[in-house]
Amino acid sequence: MEPTASLGGQLYWLASLFDPFCGPLGLLNLLPEGSLLSCGDTGWGDEVARGFFVTITLALCTLPIGLTIGLFLSLAKQTEIRTLRAAANIYTTIFRGLPELLTIFMIYFGLQIAVREVALALGYESGFDINSFVAGTIALSLVFSAYASEVLSSAFKAIPKGQYEAGYALGLRPGKTMRLIILPQLVRIALPGLGNLWMILIKDTALISVIGLGDTLRQTGIAAKVTKEAFFFYGIACLLFLALAMASSVVFSKIETSVRRSGVNR
Amino acid sequence: MSVADELIPPQPAPPVPAFTWTPLRILGATLLGLWIAAGIALVLWLVDAWDIDKVTTYGPKFLSGLATTLTLVGISVTLGAVLSVPIALGRMSSNRILSWIAYGYVYFFRGTPLIAQLFLIYYGFGSFRTELEALGLWVFFRDAWNCALFAFTLNTAAYQAEILRGAIESVTRGQHEGAAALGLTRFQTFHQIIMPQAMIVALRPYGNEIILMIKGSAIVAIVTVFDLMGETRRAYSRTFDFQTYIWAAVFYLVIVEALRNIWEKLEQRLTRHLKR
Repeated sequence: MEPTASLGGQLYWLASLFDPFCGPLGLLNLLPEGSLLSCGDTGWGDEVARGFFVTITLALCTLPIGLTIGLFLSLAKQTEIRTLRAAANIYTTIFRGLPELLTIFMIYFGLQIAVREVALALGYESGFDINSFVAGTIALSLVFSAYASEVLSSAFKAIPKGQYEAGYALGLRPGKTMRLIILPQLVRIALPGLGNLWMILIKDTALISVIGLGDTLRQTGIAAKVTKEAFFFYGIACLLFLALAMASSVVFSKIETSVRRSGVNR
Repeated sequence: MSVADELIPPQPAPPVPAFTWTPLRILGATLLGLWIAAGIALVLWLVDAWDIDKVTTYGPKFLSGLATTLTLVGISVTLGAVLSVPIALGRMSSNRILSWIAYGYVYFFRGTPLIAQLFLIYYGFGSFRTELEALGLWVFFRDAWNCALFAFTLNTAAYQAEILRGAIESVTRGQHEGAAALGLTRFQTFHQIIMPQAMIVALRPYGNEIILMIKGSAIVAIVTVFDLMGETRRAYSRTFDFQTYIWAAVFYLVIVEALRNIWEKLEQRLTRHLKR
C-alpha cells in the first residue's frame, strides 16, 4: 500500500465532504431525483461541478506564477539598464498582442513538438502527451504576466522617489527597501488593477477547454451534446462564471478594505 | 555680515563611472540576446520552411481569413457602439427599473467569457428551433457567422456602454451648470458641451476595446467561421506545419501594433489643445 495514494484518497474524501455541489450538504442534492443537474449517474451535476473545480484550480495555479513573472517584468521595465528594459518590453508586446487562443494553441502544439524532438534526440521512441492543464497554465501565465507587469509598472510610478531614498537613508539594502517599504504600498495601489486582471483570467480559463481540458465549459458542452439541452447547459456555464465573478468581487472588496485600513493606521 | 573669505575654485565635473558588467547588465544583455537569437532563428526557419506550394495554397486563404476577422470586428464594434448608447443612458437613468436592467445586461456580458456567450447563442439557440422558425429568425441563427456577429455585438455593446458612461460621468458638474447658465437646451448641452469632452476621455478605452475584439474574435474559429484563426487551424490540420501558427501570430501582432500606434497618434492629435 502506497502512503501517498492513501493520503491523496483521504484528502479527496475529506474535500468531498465539503463539496458545495454534490457533497453530503451539497446544493444539488436538493434537486428532485432524475433531473438534469442531479449528482450521480442520472444527472450531470457532478460532472459540471468537477469542471467548475478545474476552472478554479487552473485560475489559482496561474495567479501566483503570473504575478511573480509580472513583478520581475515590471522591475525590469524600470531599471536604468536599456537591454533589460527592451527585453521586458518585447515580452509584453508579444503576449499582449497575440490573441489568447493563439497563445494557447502555440504553447500546446509547440510544446508537443518540442517534447517530441527532445525525446527523439534522447532516443525515446514513444510519444509523450502534453497535459492540457500544464499547457493551459503556462499559456495563461504568459498572458497574465504581460498584463500584470503593466499594472505593476504604473503602480511603481505612483510611488514617490522619496520612499526609496528614505529607505536607503535608514540604511536598508535595496532588496529590503523593496520588500519592507515599496511592496506594501504597491499592493495598495495595484490592487484594483490586479482585481480586473483576475476577472479577465477567470474568463480566459474558458478558452483552455478547446485543447481538451475538462473545465466548466467543456463539461457543460459534453452534457449539452448528450442531452441535447444546449441552452440549459451553456446557460449553467454562464451562471457559474457569473457566480465566480461575483464571489471574486466580494473577496476583492474585502481585501481592499482591509488593505486600506492598514494604510490609514500607519 | 557674512562674506565668504575663500571661494572654492571651480572644479571639473566628476568623472563618468567606468562601464562595468554588473550582474543585472549581464542578465539584460543575455535576455535581449536570447530574444534576438530567437527572432533570427525564427526568420531563418521561416525562410528555410518557405514552400511556394503552401504559400500559393494557403496564402490567399490567410488573407481572406484576415478580411473576415476585420469585417467581423468592424461590423460588431459599429453595431455595438449604436447599441451601447441606450444601455449607457439606461445605466445613468434615475428610473430604478431601467438602470437595473441595464446593469444586469452589462454585468452578464462582462462577467461571463465571450466564448461561453458564443456557445450559448450558436448551440443554445438551437434548443428553441421551433420557436425561432415560427418567428422566421431561424435562418439568421442557423449560420455561425450571424451568431458570432450577434454575440460579439451584444458583448462589445456592454463594454462600450461602460466606457461611454464613465466618460460622460467624468465631465464635471460645472460644465452642465455653465451650459445651463448660458441658456442652452439639454440636447445642445449634451451635443456641444458634454460629448466633445467625454469622447476625449473615451478615446483610449475605445481603442483598447477594438484591440480586445480583434484578439477575442479568434474564438469564432471554434464555431466553424473561417477567420484568420480558422484558416490557420485548417492549414495546420492539413499540413501539420507549425509555421502556420507563426504566420498567424505575425499577422495578429502586426494588426494590433499598427492599431495601437495609429490610436496613439490619433490621441496625440486630438488632445493637442490640452497640452501645456
